[in-house]
Amino acid sequence: MTRWKTGVGIVLTALMLFPVYWMVNISLTPADRMRTDPPDLVPLHPTFDGYRRVFAEQLPYLGTSLLVGLATVALTLAVAAPAAFALAKLRPRGTRVVNFALLIAQMVPGIIMALGFYGVYVNLGIVNQVWGLVIADSTIAVPFAVLILTAFMSGIPDELLQAAKIDGAGTLRAFRSIVLPVSRNGLVTAALFTFLWAWSDFVFASTLDGGGTLRPITLGIYKYIGNNNQEWNAIMATAVVASVPAAVLLIIAQRFVAAGVTAGAVKD
Amino acid sequence: MHALERAAPAQPADHDLPGGAKTARRSGPPRNLTAWAFLAPLVVYLLLFYVYPLYRNVDLSLRFYTVRSFIQGGAAFAGLDNYIAVFADPTFFRALGNTLVFTVVSLVFQYGLGLALAVFFDRHFPLSATLRALFLVPWLLPLIVSASTWAWMLNSESGVVNALLGAVGIDQVNWLTSPTWALTSVIIANVWIGVPFNLVILYSGLRAIPPEVHEAASLDGASGWQRFRSITFPLLRPVSAITLLLGLVYTLKVFDIIWIMTKGGPSGASTTLATWSYQLGFGSPVPRFGHGAAVGNLLIVLALVAGLVHIRLQSRREAR
Repeated sequence: MTRWKTGVGIVLTALMLFPVYWMVNISLTPADRMRTDPPDLVPLHPTFDGYRRVFAEQLPYLGTSLLVGLATVALTLAVAAPAAFALAKLRPRGTRVVNFALLIAQMVPGIIMALGFYGVYVNLGIVNQVWGLVIADSTIAVPFAVLILTAFMSGIPDELLQAAKIDGAGTLRAFRSIVLPVSRNGLVTAALFTFLWAWSDFVFASTLDGGGTLRPITLGIYKYIGNNNQEWNAIMATAVVASVPAAVLLIIAQRFVAAGVTAGAVKD
Repeated sequence: MHALERAAPAQPADHDLPGGAKTARRSGPPRNLTAWAFLAPLVVYLLLFYVYPLYRNVDLSLRFYTVRSFIQGGAAFAGLDNYIAVFADPTFFRALGNTLVFTVVSLVFQYGLGLALAVFFDRHFPLSATLRALFLVPWLLPLIVSASTWAWMLNSESGVVNALLGAVGIDQVNWLTSPTWALTSVIIANVWIGVPFNLVILYSGLRAIPPEVHEAASLDGASGWQRFRSITFPLLRPVSAITLLLGLVYTLKVFDIIWIMTKGGPSGASTTLATWSYQLGFGSPVPRFGHGAAVGNLLIVLALVAGLVHIRLQSRREAR
């Protein structure tokens, strides 16, 4: 009874993942077979030329993306974790206003933030700086991170914090030694999504860091698309490499991913 | 579903606060002060990196900006001229219409396919968890990766889609280069990216329905379809509403996919408010920041209306 469902499920998954397969297939197709009709459905003559070019030309871009991703995670968590603690456990007057502001913030389209940031950065003379990009990228993640961390921290029993208080720990101490370690799963989820979004960002990169010396991998791909319309195996090889963080995330942290998606906040 | 509910603002009620509700009541301000000290980085952050850029954006839309005055300042106040110019531009109605079609059609298919898949995965079968996880892949990929993959798949001469269609006797379709198909093409890619999100949320919604409900119904002799129509679907309505509204807010924002696949073309056939705003501000040799910002602000209004409906719906749900 359930075996046919497994069969149907495999077929559906294969259909859904066909574009991913196709990306890998094209990344291995030699340039002279790129325009054969019909296209090779499997890489009959696999070549690693595309990947060779990625490693020859795109490593700096990949490095920048890694740097931007990690810095964005650090900034996002530094802002979000204390705030989430306050919203979940200290609940000062004005909690509702902050929550409301966060929900609204999530709805602002990235392109509008990009225009605004561009205006601000031009005036400050910090266009094309990698840390300017980090700040902009963090705006994609901060509201989500606060909301999901608040959700996790609300689950911490109040007794735990009261016990700490009785033992003489101040609020800051309780936050550092109890709340943060206990919320590890929440922090991991927030960090994973933040990294992924910063890594994937294209809007901010193209508007705020389009001419910088350190540019992220999304611009590396975009440059390929713009420059060499013919060399799709290099484009797709870069795409495959740029997808690695997503794949790793799915394999090692699937339960965090599901939790993050369901937390009601979503990427652009 | 837990997370979704827990993510909601906690009730600021009187139940045991870790600071000790009693001390708090006696010496109110200190507890508030500590709390706001923890919130301060966030508040400063929101003011600097959300409010200020958005203010700049409004300012941009109300002045005559050129590249020169953009850098040096001193642009003349324009009142609503930028907005009037935008409304008078024939691209405006095209972009608005495309935005609506793009959003509505994407939502219908994302939700429909997501729901069908969620129902399919609701009963466990061998490998179901693994396959469900694999369905998340399109949602996790960088948008530029998905968009460029689809762009090549839909390529007129060498794309695999036309090759497969050709195998069943359908003539070459110019997916990305003909005005008839460009919007459809970006919608297809966007649906592909959005289905996993709908699947995950609706699946968790289905899991939250107690199995006894189904058991009782099947004892009463209800068929699978009847059970779905008169039990599952109505019980899922609140989750559906939230899924659709979140989808609406996020689909209005879509920019990367369209820009990478078609740049809004050919001749505006797939231009939405988001891509038009970008094009006005960044995509042409003579940037028109004021117009771009005006379009962007109109888009914000659309997104906020959708967003406020969402917030209302969610708080009504929690009140229950």
